[in-house]
Amino acid sequence: MEKIPILRMGKYLLITIQVDLHDRLAHTLQEDLAEKISNTSAKGVLIDISSLELVDSYIGRTLGNIASIAQILDAYTVVVGMQPAVAITLVELGVAMNGVRTALTVDKGMEMLKALVGDD
Amino acid sequence: MGTLQTEKLMVRTTDDIVSVRHIVRKIAIDTGFNLVDQTKIITAASELARNTVIYGGGGILKIEILTNANKSGVKLIFEDEGPGIVDVELALKDGYTSGQGLGMGLGGARRLSNEFEIESKPGKGTRVAITKWK
Repeated sequence: MEKIPILRMGKYLLITIQVDLHDRLAHTLQEDLAEKISNTSAKGVLIDISSLELVDSYIGRTLGNIASIAQILDAYTVVVGMQPAVAITLVELGVAMNGVRTALTVDKGMEMLKALVGDD
Repeated sequence: MGTLQTEKLMVRTTDDIVSVRHIVRKIAIDTGFNLVDQTKIITAASELARNTVIYGGGGILKIEILTNANKSGVKLIFEDEGPGIVDVELALKDGYTSGQGLGMGLGGARRLSNEFEIESKPGKGTRVAITKWK
C-alpha cells in the first residue's frame, strides 16, 4: 500500500509530502503518524507541504486533525512551506486551519518546534 | 460565446478526484490562467468531485473551454444521479453537511468561481456547474 514516509530525527518526526495527496493516503498518514508519535515519544512533528499544489477541505481537515491528535499525544506540529496561491485559495474556500502552526520554511519550522519543545 | 472543446470524465471513486485535479490543472494552464486562478479552479474541482463521489454515488464531469469576444474561461459541470439535495440553500451554507465532511465544499466552490449554478431534484440527482474566467 502506498504510504508517505515518516522520518525520525531525535525528538522530531519529519514528513515531506511529495505525492498527490488523495483522500485515502491523507487518512493513512494521520493514522501512521499517531502510531509513530506514540511509539517514538516524539515531541515535535514537521510537515513540509511545499510540493502540494492544492489544499482542499479534506486535506485541510486532515492537517488540523493531525495537529490535534499530536497535541493529545504530547507533541507539537508545524506545517511548513505552503505555497502563496494555496494559502489564498484555502482562505477563500473557508478552511481556516485553526490550531495548526505554520512556518514559511523547514528551517523556520524547526526553530519553532525547538522553541516549543524547549530544546537547545 | 463559443465552446472550443469539451471533455468528459468519469467521477466514481476517490482516486478519480485526483484524476480530476490533474486534468483541470492541465486545462487551466492551457487556457492561460495564472497560478492563483489555477489553484482556485483545481481546488473547487476537487471539492465538487468529492461531493459527486461521496454524496452523488458517482457521476461525470464535463469540461468546456469557453471563448468570448475578449476573454476565455473554463466551465466544469458535475452531474450525478444520486439522491439529490432536498434543501439547496441549506447545502450551500458553510458548515452544513449531511455526511462526514466539513461542509465547505459547495459554498467554497462557489466562492472560488466566477459563476455557479446548481440544480438538484430529490431522487433524481444533482448538477453543479462552475465557470472561471481568465
